[in-house]
Amino acid sequence: MAETTTAAEPTRRDFLYIATGAAAVIGGATLVWPFVSSLAPDAATVAAGAPVELDLTPIAEGQIVKVFWRGKLIFVRHRTADEIKAAQDVNIASLKDPQPDTARVKEGKAPWLVVYGNCTHLGCVPLGQQGEYKGWFCPCHGSVFDTSGRVRGGPAPTNLPIPPYTFVSDTKLLIGAGETA
Amino acid sequence: MIKRTLLVAAAVLGLASPALAAGETPVPPQVSWSFQGPFGTFDRAQLQRGFKVYREVCASCHGLSYVAFRNLSQPGGPEFSEAQVRALAAEYKIQDGPNDAGDMFERPARPADRFPAPFPNENAAAAANGGKAPPDLSLMAKARTYERGFPWFVIDVFRQYSENGADYLTALLNGYKPAPQGFTVPEGGHYNEYYPGHVIAMPNPLSDGQVEYPKAEDGKAIVPETVDQYARDVTAFLVWTAEPHLEARKRLGFQVILFLLLLSGLLYFTKKKIWARVGGEMDGHATPPMTHNP
Amino acid sequence: MSSHPTTYVPKSAFAKWFESRLPIVGLIHSSFVAFPVPRNLTYFWTFGAVLMFMLISQIVTGVFLAMYYTPNAAMAFQSVEHIMRDVNYGWLMRYLHANGASMFFIAVYIHIFRNFYYGSYKAPREILFILGVIIFILMMATAFMGYVLPWGQMSYWGATVITNLFSAIPLVGETIVTFLWGGYSVGNPTLNRFFSLHFLLPFMIFGVVILHVWALHVPGNNNPTGIPIKQGKDAVPFHPYMTVKDGFSLAIFLIFFAWWVFYIPNYLGHADNYIPANPAVTPAHIVPEWYFLPFYAILRAIPDKLGGVIAMFSAIIIWCFLPWLDTSRVRSTAYRPLYKQFFWVFFAVCVLLGWLGAKPAEGWYVIASQICTAYYFIHFLVILPVLGFIERPLPLPNSILDSVLGVQKSGAGMPVGAAAEPNTKG
Repeated sequence: MAETTTAAEPTRRDFLYIATGAAAVIGGATLVWPFVSSLAPDAATVAAGAPVELDLTPIAEGQIVKVFWRGKLIFVRHRTADEIKAAQDVNIASLKDPQPDTARVKEGKAPWLVVYGNCTHLGCVPLGQQGEYKGWFCPCHGSVFDTSGRVRGGPAPTNLPIPPYTFVSDTKLLIGAGETA
Repeated sequence: MIKRTLLVAAAVLGLASPALAAGETPVPPQVSWSFQGPFGTFDRAQLQRGFKVYREVCASCHGLSYVAFRNLSQPGGPEFSEAQVRALAAEYKIQDGPNDAGDMFERPARPADRFPAPFPNENAAAAANGGKAPPDLSLMAKARTYERGFPWFVIDVFRQYSENGADYLTALLNGYKPAPQGFTVPEGGHYNEYYPGHVIAMPNPLSDGQVEYPKAEDGKAIVPETVDQYARDVTAFLVWTAEPHLEARKRLGFQVILFLLLLSGLLYFTKKKIWARVGGEMDGHATPPMTHNP
Repeated sequence: MSSHPTTYVPKSAFAKWFESRLPIVGLIHSSFVAFPVPRNLTYFWTFGAVLMFMLISQIVTGVFLAMYYTPNAAMAFQSVEHIMRDVNYGWLMRYLHANGASMFFIAVYIHIFRNFYYGSYKAPREILFILGVIIFILMMATAFMGYVLPWGQMSYWGATVITNLFSAIPLVGETIVTFLWGGYSVGNPTLNRFFSLHFLLPFMIFGVVILHVWALHVPGNNNPTGIPIKQGKDAVPFHPYMTVKDGFSLAIFLIFFAWWVFYIPNYLGHADNYIPANPAVTPAHIVPEWYFLPFYAILRAIPDKLGGVIAMFSAIIIWCFLPWLDTSRVRSTAYRPLYKQFFWVFFAVCVLLGWLGAKPAEGWYVIASQICTAYYFIHFLVILPVLGFIERPLPLPNSILDSVLGVQKSGAGMPVGAAAEPNTKG
C-alpha cells in the first residue's frame, strides 16, 4: 500500500530515549510489587497464626492431645515412664533418621513430646499408641513411629518434625513461639 | 449560538438544584480535619481520645465488628502499644468453642480477635433499642454523606474533599436541639438538626464533661471536654476505623503522581523528538481551509 | 490480516524457524510496528490504547481481588472489608478496580464521541463500529454485575431494580427474571452467578476487541479530515510515532486515574454501598453508577414499564444503524458546519440526561427527561438522515498532508457535494 514516511534512524541511542525507557521499566517493576505482596499471608492470617497456649494440667499420663497451630495438626503427648525409657534405650545409629530422644524434648521436660501430626511420607494423620513401638502407626502406607516420634519402619523418610514451642510455666505450653527442641 | 444558550441554561439549572432537592436539612459545616487534603495524617492523640469516647459512650449499643484489637497498635492509627492492646483485649470476652464436651464457652479476647458486638444478633439489638438496631460503626464515616449540589460536586474533585461523612457525623452529634415551634417529635424519637427528616431514634449520647481526657503534665486540659470536642474526636476515630490505610494511601499517591509527572515529561519530550523526524505534528487538527468556496 | 503485506524479515535462524510455523511476530510487526497511520491523528485517537490498558488493568486487579473475595451473600461484604483492611495492598487493588471501571467508561465515552464527531462509523467501518457497540454492551453488563458483588445496599437494590426490568417482557418476562435470580428474589444464587459471569465477560470483551482491531486494520484508522491516506507522506508508521503518542497520553490518563484512586477513591461511588445489603430496607434514592445515568434517565422518562425498557435498550441499539442513518457524504464533522451545531446540542443533551438520571423522578425533572429522550431519538432518526441531504459541507482538503500543512489552494479543494469520495473505499 502506501509507503510510509521514513527518516534517518538515530545512529546513537539518545539519553532521552534511555531515560524514558528506564522510567517506564522502573514504573512497571514497581507496579508489580503490590500485586506480588498481596499474595503473602494477609494481616488477619498472620495474626491468627500467633502462638497458641495449651494448659497441660488436664492431660493425663499416656494421653495424646491434638492442637492446631497455623492450620497444622500437632500432637502433645504426656509420656509414661515406660514410654520415655523405651524412647531413650535405642541404638541411634540403627535409626533411619538418627536423633536421640533428648534432642526431641525440652531439657527437664522429658514427659512432654510435641510433634507435628502428619506422617512424613505423604501427610496422613498417624494413629496414636499403635504400631510395634506403641508410638504412632500410619494406616495409609504402614509407616511406624516410636514414642519419640521417630520413624522406625515403613516408607516415611524422616521423623515427625518438632514445631517451635516453649514452656511458659510447668503447666503451660506456648506452641508457635521459641525455638524447636 | 445554540451551544452558548445551552451552556447558560445548564448553569442556571445547576445552581437552582440545591434549592429544589435539599429540603430543609441544613448543610453540615465543614470541619478542618488533620487528615484532609493530599498530605493529611491522623492526629494520634485525637484517635486515642476518640477511641475512649467510643468505648465509654457508644460501645454499649454500637458494634465495631470489622476492627480487630491488633489494628489499634498498627502504624497509621491510634498507635497504642502492643502491651496496651493485649491488656485492652483481655478485658473483653469472646465466645469460643465448642469444647470437647460440646459446650460453647467464653474466653478473654486476644489481639487477633475483632471487637465483639454488644448484642448477640440484630433482633436482640433492635429489641433492646426501641425496635431499631443501632448500626455497626466500623464504616459509618463512609456510609453517610450529604448532597453537595452544583458547583460543589465539581470543585470537590479538585479540592479532594472526601470528608463529607466526617462532617455529617460531627454535625449530627452536635445537632441535638429542642424541636422548633410547631414541629412534633413522635414518641421514641429525638429532634436533630442535621438528621434527614430531623427525627432520629438515638437519644443525645454526648454531654459536656462526660468523658475524662488525659491531662498535660501540669494538670491542665489539652483539649476541652465538651460535646463538640467529643464529637470531633470520635468522628476522627471513626474515619480511621473506616479507612485504616488512609495515611499510606495518600503517601503512596504522592509518590505515584510524582513519578507519573516525571514519566509524562520524559514521554512528552520523546514524542516531540520522534515527531520532529517528520517535521513535527504541525497542528493535527484538520481545520477547514480558509479558502472561499467556488 | 491487514491488507498490507508484512515487511518483517526474521533475522536469526530461530526467528526464521518460528516464523515459518507461527507467523505471529510478522503479524505483530505489520499490525503494530509498520502499520501506516494517518499523521494528523489527534489525542482523541489515543483512547483506543488507553482502553486496552484499562481492560488489562481491570482483569489483573480483578483476578487478584478474586483470590480473596467470597461470592456468598453471608460473607461477600466481609470479604471485601477483609481485602480493604488485612490483605497487603488490598485497599489499592480494590480502589484500582472500582475506580478503574469509571476510568474505563470515561475513556469509552470519549472514544465513542470521537467516532460520532469524525464519522468513523461510516463505510467501510460499519462492522468495526458495530463490534464496538457490542463491546460497550458487554462492558455495561460486566460493570453492572461487578457492582453487585460487594453486596452493599446499592448492590442489592440496584440488582433488584435492574433485573426486575426484564419482567416487563410480555409472556416470558417473569420466568426470565426468576431464571436470572435463581430464586424468588435477588439472593445468594444471583450473587454466585453474577460473580461467575463477571469473571467470564471481560475475556469475551477481550475476544471482541481482537475482532475490533482486526476490523480496524482492514481500512486503517480514520482521521480528523475524514479522507483516507492517498500517498506516503499522509501516513507515519505506528511505531514509533503512535506508540510514543499513546504512551504519553496514557501517562497523563494515569495521573488522572491516580488522582481518583489515591485521594478521592469513594467519590464516584455511593455511601449507601458501605451498608451491608438489607432486603427489608430500601435506600432513599436508588442510583446506578454515573456511567449508567443517561440510560437510566431514558428508562424512567417513559411512564410505561415495557416502553421504558425498550427505550433504554433502543438508545444503544440505535447506534448500530448509525452508518446508514447518517446520509452525509462527508465523513468528518469538521467539514459540516451545520451538523456541528447539532452535534454539540446532542452532546449537551447526553450530559443533561446523565444529570437527570441522578435526580428523583419528580416534578419538572420528569418533563426534562422526556424532552431530552425525545431529542435523543430525533437526533438519530430525523436530524442525521435529513441533514445529510440538505447540508452544504465545506470543501475537503486535497490530502491529509495538505490539511496538516494548512495548504490553501483557491479552488483546489474538493468542490462541494462532488464526490466527497471517502465514503466507500475500494
